[in-house]
Amino acid sequence: MTEPAQPRKRIILGAFLSGVNHHTLWSAPQAGSQIAFSSFRHLARTAERGRFDFFFLAEGLALRERLGRVFDQDVVGRPDTLPVLAALAAVTEHLGLVGTLNTTFNEPYELARQLSSLDHLSGGRAGWNVVTSFDAFTGQNFRRGGYLHRDDRYVRADEFLAATHRLWDTWAKDAIVADKETGRFLNRSDGDGGGDGGVGAFAFAGEQFDISGHFTTPRSPQGRPVILQAGVSPGGRDFAVRRSDAIFSPFHHLDEAREFYRDIQRRAARAGRPPGAVKVLPSASFVLGDSEADAVERHRHIARQQVTGRTAQILLETVWNRDLSGYDPDGPLPDIDPDPDGPPVIEGRARIHQDAHRTVAEWRQLAEANGYSLRDLAIHVFGRTEFVGTPQQVADQLDAFVQNDGSDGFILGSHLTPTGLDEFVDRVVPLLQERGALRTEYTGATLRENLGLPDPTPTPAQHPTP
Amino acid sequence: MPRSSVSFPGSSYPLHLAVALDGVGWHPAAWREQRARPDALFTARYWADLVATAESGLLDFVTIEDSLSLQSTLPDGPDGRIDRVRGRLDAVLIASRVAPLTRHIGLVPTATTTHTEPFHIAKAIATLDHVSEGRAGWRVQVSRPAENRHFGRREVGPVSLTAPEGPGVRAYVEEHFAEAEDFVEVARRLWDSWEDDAEIRDAATGRFVDRARLHTIDFEGRWFRVRGPGIVPRPPQGQPLVTLLAHGSLPYRLGARSADVIYTTPHDEDDVRAVVAEIRAAQEEAGRADTTLHVFADVVVLLGETRAAAEERAARLAERAGEPFTSDAPIFVGTASALADTLLEWQRAGLTGYRLRPAVLPDDLEAVVGALVPELRRRGVFRGSYAPESLRARLGLPRPANRYATANRPATAAR
Repeated sequence: MTEPAQPRKRIILGAFLSGVNHHTLWSAPQAGSQIAFSSFRHLARTAERGRFDFFFLAEGLALRERLGRVFDQDVVGRPDTLPVLAALAAVTEHLGLVGTLNTTFNEPYELARQLSSLDHLSGGRAGWNVVTSFDAFTGQNFRRGGYLHRDDRYVRADEFLAATHRLWDTWAKDAIVADKETGRFLNRSDGDGGGDGGVGAFAFAGEQFDISGHFTTPRSPQGRPVILQAGVSPGGRDFAVRRSDAIFSPFHHLDEAREFYRDIQRRAARAGRPPGAVKVLPSASFVLGDSEADAVERHRHIARQQVTGRTAQILLETVWNRDLSGYDPDGPLPDIDPDPDGPPVIEGRARIHQDAHRTVAEWRQLAEANGYSLRDLAIHVFGRTEFVGTPQQVADQLDAFVQNDGSDGFILGSHLTPTGLDEFVDRVVPLLQERGALRTEYTGATLRENLGLPDPTPTPAQHPTP
Repeated sequence: MPRSSVSFPGSSYPLHLAVALDGVGWHPAAWREQRARPDALFTARYWADLVATAESGLLDFVTIEDSLSLQSTLPDGPDGRIDRVRGRLDAVLIASRVAPLTRHIGLVPTATTTHTEPFHIAKAIATLDHVSEGRAGWRVQVSRPAENRHFGRREVGPVSLTAPEGPGVRAYVEEHFAEAEDFVEVARRLWDSWEDDAEIRDAATGRFVDRARLHTIDFEGRWFRVRGPGIVPRPPQGQPLVTLLAHGSLPYRLGARSADVIYTTPHDEDDVRAVVAEIRAAQEEAGRADTTLHVFADVVVLLGETRAAAEERAARLAERAGEPFTSDAPIFVGTASALADTLLEWQRAGLTGYRLRPAVLPDDLEAVVGALVPELRRRGVFRGSYAPESLRARLGLPRPANRYATANRPATAAR
């Protein structure tokens, strides 16, 4: 890798509580509860001790099933995202609190006030990872069922974000004066949000929403919570750069990652976003060792525990959509074709690979070229970005990835809840701080400021009448 | 310690006291009082301080008001007034934010059942129970018609609450309380959809949960179908406390069928007797005669060291508000000692507790904690310390059996 010519970028770090997935080693002796608040408090405080930017929670609105029965091999069950983040605000001071929340099974009025409330209650530390869904299986838990057609999920998400932004902007910054002498609580009775006037007044109409009235919650410290999104397809990327402050990158290898990074910057500029307004953050994990060989051995050991033979079969079933329990995990890949249009084998988890036939063809090549067994392949293709080595090596790798524009930082998970991040904070963070790649103290008052994001105060042009 | 084996000794004091927190207090001019903090209303610190004060008074629980519309003096929408407190934070999140800072007091936020998802509210209250280690409750509330357009998902005819006898009002109220009943039923089923010991972490078989101890709830009703199971393991209390403010026969019946605590608004002792009798009859009719169902009265409290001091405060507030103070609940103006007399008289008429609504915060909350509670203790009717118990246990409610648990489960569940 070449030494970068620009000034050193500060690495953005998020801490990710790995819960419901095969990465979490629940049977390890050190593994703690994935529900008890003490686990969340430990991880959040560890992240804050390491001067991380934020804590991150994923979402799953239905228990996963395989062949019609609850999937019991991985961690099952999680707390509700927003109450946990609100509680974490009480035990941390600076750490951003980012929750994954779905635009399909929520309504803008309710979610906008919850996120605004979290922002108030955390003193400006709220973030929202926006996800879309068209999953009829999950829909069985909600009023409208599986109502959303796949092609409409971005339409809904885009309108949902436009609506929430409008709601967040209804109360002016100076709407409340609370002057005891004059008896004036509100500055004036009219609002800025349109509709029929008065503080909090709004109206929004589109294909998915036709809503109006008055928003209950004053403008929050950040104005708008920080928005994160995932987007890989060209449509998804364009959608993501329009309204989000950070985008997940799925790319592990520097070449791919740099290409994605450059593409996002280009698209963001085209969408009128100022430079640096859209951050790129891949999820990643790490394995430390006292020597490189020790780290590699630990990594191998952890990966084999994460992807047992049974787990390997199930991971491949998410693409094959066939019962693969009869195939030897240590043997070759299943010789049958995938059946993407058949009744679903696995329910309730996001499908990452959209074209099953193409994916399987690529995997067959990959397995042949490397001599992978079924299980080896699963370990390879379902792994996260892993940084493996001594603390010094991992610090070097993380720093080089960011300084070479592979990303702006990472959302770091570990295989152990809740103590997995401890050794990273103890051993890698000081090395990154030494070289100026990580803050030693928080300088911003809000998550948005700590991330170096611009003030989102709207200009009238941002709210054209729909 | 596994949740299922925690046992809580019941409280031996028969009088239960809760406080209803709403903005800067229930009087419309409360925010202009000297010690009121209207500028801090939207900060965590404000709520943490209030709940800490309530906990220092050993109160059973606090409720937190909320609504999916702005406060208004009109029943049908915003009033455009700029001289009153307007704006709210989400009550469930306030309660969650305060939970790690408190140890004993129950936390009972308001959550609306009309446009929201039973699945979301059930997991939020369950999570509050996990975060607070067994202190969560829920004040169930239905929407006003003006909230419909905030969601735009259902047609509502011309219903005006300004004319309570007008067309459609009765149908509206019946329909929305019926939906609330289904909503509570779904939440209760979701809380039971995980048996207490569902998480087995059996390394030998590689199973994290025993799926025989996870249950779909398969609810089908007029407003929603919900399949389940929930995503949150069964809360520490099994079933968090379900509470409801009720002003008439319809909500009394809903409370008698579905709730653990009903807040009522009787105006004298005879009224107390009538309300309690009606609720107890409804309870019997609902087949819950053997279940503990608390009937509380809501009382707005405006206290002073002397009666004259309290009346002087009331007069000052009324003058600032520009109109006399009215409320759906009885308003008590006077000393803590006289308030204690009234509370105990009404208790003898059949109530099991009170939800006091402080007219001014923090003044009347501090008077409850600093004067009323010591007075009740002197009379031997209120606790002198918290027992280490769940909110349900404090209210004498058992930890309920799980409706889905099978008594004789095979030693090894089917795989």
